Amino acid sequence: MGAQKKGATARVSEDQEELARNPLQAILLADSFATTFRPITLERPKVLLPLVNIPMIDYTLAWLESAGVEEVFVFCCAHSKQVIDYLESSQWSSQPNFSVTTIESHNSISAGDALRLIYERNVIHGDFVLISGDTMSNMSLTQVLQEHKERRKKDANAIMTMVIKKSKPSPITQQSRLGTDELFMAINPVTKQLLCYEDKAERSKGFISLDKTLIADNPSIILHNDKQDCYIDVCSQEVLSLFTDNFDYQHLRRHFVKGLLVDDIMGYKIFTHEIHSSYAARIDNFRSYDTISKDIIQRWTYPFVPDILCGSSAIKVERQGAYRASDVTLSRSAHIGSFTFIGQGTKIGNDTKISHSVVGEGCTIGSNVTIEGSYIWNNVTIEDGCQLRHAIVCDGVIMRSGAVLQPGVILSFKVVVGQQFVVPAYSKVSLLQQPTQQDSDEELEYADNTSGTGELRYKLNGDIATDLSETAYELGTGGVGYIWSVFEGAQDEEWKHSVAPIPTDKLVKLMLDKDEDEEQLTQDGNVLSASGELKADSDDNGSEDDDNADSRDDYGFFEKEVEATFLRAVHENVKVDHAVLEVNALRLSYNMASVDCAGAIFYSMMKLAVESPHHSASELHRNAADIITKWQKLLKSFLHDIDEEIEVILKFEEMCLESAKEFAALFPQVLHLLYDKEILQEDAILRWADEKEGADESDKVFLKSSEKFVQWLKEAEEEDEDD
Amino acid sequence: MDFQVVVLAGGNSKKLTPLISKDVPKPLLPVANRPLLYYVLHQLRESNLKDLIVVVEGEDAALHVGSWISKTFVDGLHVKIAAVPEDIGTAGALRAISHHLTAKDILVVSGDLVSDVPPGAVAATHRRHDAAVTAMLCSVPVSGSLESGSSGGKDKTKKPGRYNIIGLDPCKQFLLHIATGSEIEKDSRLQKRILHAVGQMEIRSDLMDAHMYAFKRSVLQEVLDHKDTFQSLKQDVVPYLVRSQLKSEALLNGISQAEENGNEKLSSPNNQVLDSKILANASTPSFHELYSMEPDGSAQTRKTHKCCAYIASSSSYCVRLNSIQAFMDINRDVTGDADHLLSDTSSDRDNIIGPSPKLGSKTTVGPHCMLGEGSEIGDKCQVKRSVIGRHCRIGSHVKIVNSVVMNHVTIGDGCIIQGSVVCSNVQLQERVVLKDCLVGAGFVVTMGNEYKGESLARKEK
Repeated sequence: MGAQKKGATARVSEDQEELARNPLQAILLADSFATTFRPITLERPKVLLPLVNIPMIDYTLAWLESAGVEEVFVFCCAHSKQVIDYLESSQWSSQPNFSVTTIESHNSISAGDALRLIYERNVIHGDFVLISGDTMSNMSLTQVLQEHKERRKKDANAIMTMVIKKSKPSPITQQSRLGTDELFMAINPVTKQLLCYEDKAERSKGFISLDKTLIADNPSIILHNDKQDCYIDVCSQEVLSLFTDNFDYQHLRRHFVKGLLVDDIMGYKIFTHEIHSSYAARIDNFRSYDTISKDIIQRWTYPFVPDILCGSSAIKVERQGAYRASDVTLSRSAHIGSFTFIGQGTKIGNDTKISHSVVGEGCTIGSNVTIEGSYIWNNVTIEDGCQLRHAIVCDGVIMRSGAVLQPGVILSFKVVVGQQFVVPAYSKVSLLQQPTQQDSDEELEYADNTSGTGELRYKLNGDIATDLSETAYELGTGGVGYIWSVFEGAQDEEWKHSVAPIPTDKLVKLMLDKDEDEEQLTQDGNVLSASGELKADSDDNGSEDDDNADSRDDYGFFEKEVEATFLRAVHENVKVDHAVLEVNALRLSYNMASVDCAGAIFYSMMKLAVESPHHSASELHRNAADIITKWQKLLKSFLHDIDEEIEVILKFEEMCLESAKEFAALFPQVLHLLYDKEILQEDAILRWADEKEGADESDKVFLKSSEKFVQWLKEAEEEDEDD
Repeated sequence: MDFQVVVLAGGNSKKLTPLISKDVPKPLLPVANRPLLYYVLHQLRESNLKDLIVVVEGEDAALHVGSWISKTFVDGLHVKIAAVPEDIGTAGALRAISHHLTAKDILVVSGDLVSDVPPGAVAATHRRHDAAVTAMLCSVPVSGSLESGSSGGKDKTKKPGRYNIIGLDPCKQFLLHIATGSEIEKDSRLQKRILHAVGQMEIRSDLMDAHMYAFKRSVLQEVLDHKDTFQSLKQDVVPYLVRSQLKSEALLNGISQAEENGNEKLSSPNNQVLDSKILANASTPSFHELYSMEPDGSAQTRKTHKCCAYIASSSSYCVRLNSIQAFMDINRDVTGDADHLLSDTSSDRDNIIGPSPKLGSKTTVGPHCMLGEGSEIGDKCQVKRSVIGRHCRIGSHVKIVNSVVMNHVTIGDGCIIQGSVVCSNVQLQERVVLKDCLVGAGFVVTMGNEYKGESLARKEK
């Protein structure tokens, strides 16, 4: 009886535990750790950028509140002061049952760092929602949370549920309508487990590889090309500790998700939840800014639309999606087209045409202005006769009369465009100079707004005023601002993520390219699978050949790299130790053996000797001797045993036959030299001689030429033995 | 129906020695007392597909098979027997008989398929989609459904080569990817182009290509003519067609069209185009059409052909007899769970015993057994889960479990036969014990011998 009672109480307490569940928590990353919104994000954090006149973070917070989240931790890093100030002054600081806490960091450079910091703070006590502050959604979290919890009960390794949504990428650009690259996901249709996540699929390849073990483990897999990652994740606490354990995880998807999928030791699993009717999207680039703005205006995100979110400020929605604040001064002859938002206190002059655009608060727009598909933020002055097509114009910009913005232009804060000046398409204009250190490099992408901005802002506040007056004439007479140059290589890409729609000529070109590509790919495909079409044994041969070709190629690259390293070492007088280190690093990265290193270094040395000026064989010999003397240590550090030494001799032979025939005559001398310098031991030379003994006549040329030397070595050895 | 059926009956198979020999080619190997080929031909007749070409490897075997068919299917089937040389592969065999093919669509069936999937349904699917190729897919058989479940599991790990990796569209109508043979062992490479066109692809490893295909004749002949290295339908031709479905090679369509025009004597090429357009409009456009419509939605700029899949329901029976294990399984299944395949032998009980059996006293014949006509069994014998052929003479105190005994076999008193196959005209003298053995035709096992896991056969003279 007593035992029973005990059991009963235990059950009650369990129930209570469940009843007194932890409040639902969310982590909101108010930093994208990316540079896609530069130059705007140099001056203002991305989450505070207005989206149809309301800062992005407000949409996110409003959704979280409505979805039942009770505690939000806003992680701010770049411009953290601005974010904190904004949140403190906003409605969010005083909501009942919805607490917003900020966590500030100054040295986080990635989402990984942020989560590690949050883990240290020890504020998360259960499952939480992980999103970034630029996510729009109106989905209900109930179902996904429930699914996640149920899975967790059955399997403690199910630590994350990703929200996905159907969105088929364009067949031509292979881009989703949000401007993100196509994404391939393999999902088990029954369990919804995510098996493979490929967002950076190589375009050049015509196929997607699925690991055989995946197929062996799952009788049915659905490979999706028509889903979009909403970047809304329901995570368990373990996610935070995982980030702490794996200190090299930076990016949520690239490192964390892929890391978990690849790593089968821990057995952590990620699942997906597909939403069908609700909205969820993340502003990742200018194109998604454009798309999502349009979605909001067309009320896909209902109830998170401007007229409801703003509440008191009385925005009226008229027919055809025309949003207008109450006190807009509008000329009679001005024409406001469909799907357009006009903010409070904005004045619009005669015969001005605005369509599919957002105009913020307190703007002054002159007469005969054409605005199409553009986003004009607050307090912007646009004088008469300006034309704007598919541009983003930040706060305080002044466009002098007759200025033209071609599609895709971004004007950052307070830029002034001179009279009649035409800003070329896809330009990014800012009062700040482009940071000189460029982060086109993948790794540096995280080194975002944070480090650079501090200095830049300082400069802005300090002496930028004088700076500007002297140098910034790039925007015509009276214009102020720098036109940022586009990084090398990125030029072609600019149109892909711009606010402007993709121009038709690009599409046509892309399509032609694609057809051509496909032509090739089909051919490749045929080559690849031809092996499968033939008999099994020929198949094997084929793949072996492929492998060989690959490794040969690799070796070629490796050799070139080593040569370049060596030449640099010679010209810049790099210390031998450092050169050894560098070559070693190359060896590791190309997965070569030290035999290969020895061969490659020797090759580089001899090549250098041949290429340095010389007039006779003896001079060449001297060159070689000099180089060998100087760099013998480098070479020796890769000669650990006889095999490697033999490789050097073989390499030398090969060179004498092919690339550096001049050495042919000097073969015995150089061999002797190498022996004298103790680079080659006599054993190595003798073994080489032995090996060559049985070779073809043609192969024995060099053996013959160095016969005397070999003979001498042999005798010396015998003498040694005699002693 | 304008469908021609090619039955690739085979002839010799090394995998099945010593069960088959010169006198008993593979198509005539008795399975539950009927030649293997019977099962396919029976299904074809049921589906009203009566225009057949049976392709047999080797002239002698062809004669044997021909005489059997003419005896058995006197009425109803128009069968042409074609002999082809051995080892030219399935594609090679089709190439060899290509001149016999005249119908618009060709159904190619492997002669060793024991299945209750109606071939007519495959043909209908093919016609409905106007496909270039339609492949019948069935669930991977779990060999040893009842007793040898564990051995089935072993099978899986032993030879995953039986499996295919198959990619299907969301409606499971189109075949988007197929990998066979050694490719299964590697990582799968899925064509992006097809993925782009379809959006999502289901990758199944629990389906098997049952080697029943419907081809458009023009396409088949094109491929056979132009790709003369292709040897196998399953490994070469079908994967090739699947792979190139969104990029039909120019020669494929161009020439075939020209040829068609030639055949039609230029009578109505325009009508044909019209017809196909009307057909295309009638149904919702498949991704093939959508793909070929791009970009302006009007001109068919890209050539595509459709590869369809007919997926047999998981309850249907579908096994290929291509190994000894499969032979044993099929014998067991046909007398047991899948006895509907023997449609004309009606039996109320759970075993099938031919007319006028002569059973001795205290002899029991258990369920899932078959006893051919004219066979005699002595006293106190036990027969469990076994098939016994016609005109066998079995002595007393004999125990036969999980075995197949073919025709005209003499078994002496006190023999114990377990898990073995005993071919025709074998003589087992008294007290022979066979466990997991194969005994080739005409072999004589002398008195009192015990064998375990061996293959016994007469030396070829």
